[in-house]
Amino acid sequence: MKRRTVLKGAGALALGAGLAAPAWAQKKVKAGFIYVGPVGDGGWTYEHDQGRLAVEAHFGDQVETVFQESVPEGADAERAMTQMALGGADIIFATSFGYMDPVINVAAKFPKVKFEHATGFKRAENVSTYSARFYEGRAVQGLLAGRMTRTNKIGYIASFPIPEVIRGINSAYIHARKVNPDVEFSVVWVYTWFDPAKEADAANALIEQGADVVLQHTDSTAPQAAAEKAGNVYTFGQASDMAEYAPMPRISSIIDNWAPYYIRRVQAVMDGTWKSEDTWDGIGAGMVEIGEITEVVPADVRAEAEALRDAIAAGEYHPFTGPLKKQDGSAWLAEGEVADDGTLAGMNFYVEGMKGDIPS
Amino acid sequence: MDLSAIDPLVLAASIMVASTPILLAALGEMVVERAGVLNLGVEGMMITGAVCGFIIAVQGESPALGFLAAAAGGAGLALLFGFLTQYLLANQVASGLALTMFGLGLSALLGQDYIGIKAPAMGEVHVPLLAEIPVLGPVLFRHDPMVYLSVALVAGVWAFLRYSRAGLILRAVGENHDAAHALGYKVVRIRMAAIAFGGALAGLGGAYISLVRVPQWTEGMTAGAGWIALAIVVFASWRPWRVLLGAYLFGGVTVLQLNLQAAGVDIPVVYLSMLPYLVTIFVLVVMSASSGRAALGAPAALGRVFHASG
Repeated sequence: MKRRTVLKGAGALALGAGLAAPAWAQKKVKAGFIYVGPVGDGGWTYEHDQGRLAVEAHFGDQVETVFQESVPEGADAERAMTQMALGGADIIFATSFGYMDPVINVAAKFPKVKFEHATGFKRAENVSTYSARFYEGRAVQGLLAGRMTRTNKIGYIASFPIPEVIRGINSAYIHARKVNPDVEFSVVWVYTWFDPAKEADAANALIEQGADVVLQHTDSTAPQAAAEKAGNVYTFGQASDMAEYAPMPRISSIIDNWAPYYIRRVQAVMDGTWKSEDTWDGIGAGMVEIGEITEVVPADVRAEAEALRDAIAAGEYHPFTGPLKKQDGSAWLAEGEVADDGTLAGMNFYVEGMKGDIPS
Repeated sequence: MDLSAIDPLVLAASIMVASTPILLAALGEMVVERAGVLNLGVEGMMITGAVCGFIIAVQGESPALGFLAAAAGGAGLALLFGFLTQYLLANQVASGLALTMFGLGLSALLGQDYIGIKAPAMGEVHVPLLAEIPVLGPVLFRHDPMVYLSVALVAGVWAFLRYSRAGLILRAVGENHDAAHALGYKVVRIRMAAIAFGGALAGLGGAYISLVRVPQWTEGMTAGAGWIALAIVVFASWRPWRVLLGAYLFGGVTVLQLNLQAAGVDIPVVYLSMLPYLVTIFVLVVMSASSGRAALGAPAALGRVFHASG
């Protein structure tokens, strides 16, 4: 009997909460997302959209999300963001490096709207930046690439010569060379984040010239398909797991997990505690995940890669630990010295041993 | 620098593969424009062809069926454009742009369940005897059937426009639709046929990307190839063999610069990527230096609305 009363009480409480809900709905937070590619790219934009969906699932009725896909970097992004801000967005996530100046411009016009810019470095009162330490994942890829290559030639499909991409190349190269001193990287700049046909052409060009491991810093799965067609070539999922190409050619991947960050930031807007910040999380915080290393990789190499991953996650090892020199032979990091975030954020040089120049 | 890493034979072969989509699309658009219609929706028709071809190829487990469906899909979308511009007399430029956006959206919707699926492989056809010729054999005669078909279509379109009566009528409609109408030719019907043909070829070009060149379905995967096809038509001054040249030049520069980079050659990528466009501008300037529109070879009635009431 008593228990039933308690249950009734709980029911009444729940009802009360239900009645109170409309008051909450008045303060629905609107979160906007600007994507550089289509949500179905299977890579970068797909993962950001998964983050958006996680925000919806987490907050339910309290939040409304809007997004615009395939927004070119540049002036058009400014238009898209202005439209979103005028449409009543409280917080806007601009998810590509090239939106940097547009974000700053639009943010100045809408001081009450919060802006979040991915992978950039310009902040303002109402502009935060956030990024993931992808280079931590690149270290694991580099190790696997160095161990798995038979031709000692590793291809790297790079998008734009910006610090984020250069960091990835350096990190992968350092760890490939560590396990295989004969390894050589050939980098192809395709000047696009998303163009499946061009990415496939780039992968084919690298494979035809003897690369048997291809790393990519572009967003589509086209290089995976090209590698699969070629046969004996290994690849890594980029931004997304790309598990449909496992176990061959895809032997592992870097997965971006934006969901916890997006939920945290939308929550901050709701609570009124949002502040301009710079977030840069890695494997340890779960923003970067290493996708399953497939059975094609020998067990000892797999264990070696997992040990590296765990050491980075635990903060015991930094992928940019000296002694390291720059490409021109000048000193960079002394024995045991660790690169500071400032240098990493603006990295515009190759490390010693890399061939070729970074286009300017 | 290690140029020896580039195998010229392999390079030439991959240039042909990279150029085929834009060749098909540009050839179709050229026929449409020779009939006096400017269809800027090439990109939309290509991507629709890409998704239709992919879906049917996967379902029917046959790339050939896929290409047929791609042609039908592209032509279907083109006919929508034709209906708007030829019967409702809508503005061609605006309708074409709308067609591109519609095609991109429609293809994303249709392709939702096909992301990450693999397409059935298209075999290469080694032309008997010819494939054995040293040097030329591997470059020219060891491709998939679509590469041969695209070149055959160029020859076919050329012969059609130059030697056939139907081709002459099509050109007449494109040069002066009022005169053609006065002679009793069905201007609108002829244009609809040309538009459908252009759409079918754009569809084939798109499907070549999703079934052979990449091969997989990804949203927005044509990534601007349709616009390049439009540029090639102008570059080619509306002539079939020049379309072939233009497509191979555009495709060739893309593949060549990727290969040079892979070989570690120190070249300014940005300039090389600009090259085809610079050449287009150069060709336009040279041709227009003589005497205006006619010298460019543009059909005189291009983009003009036709109504039988005159």
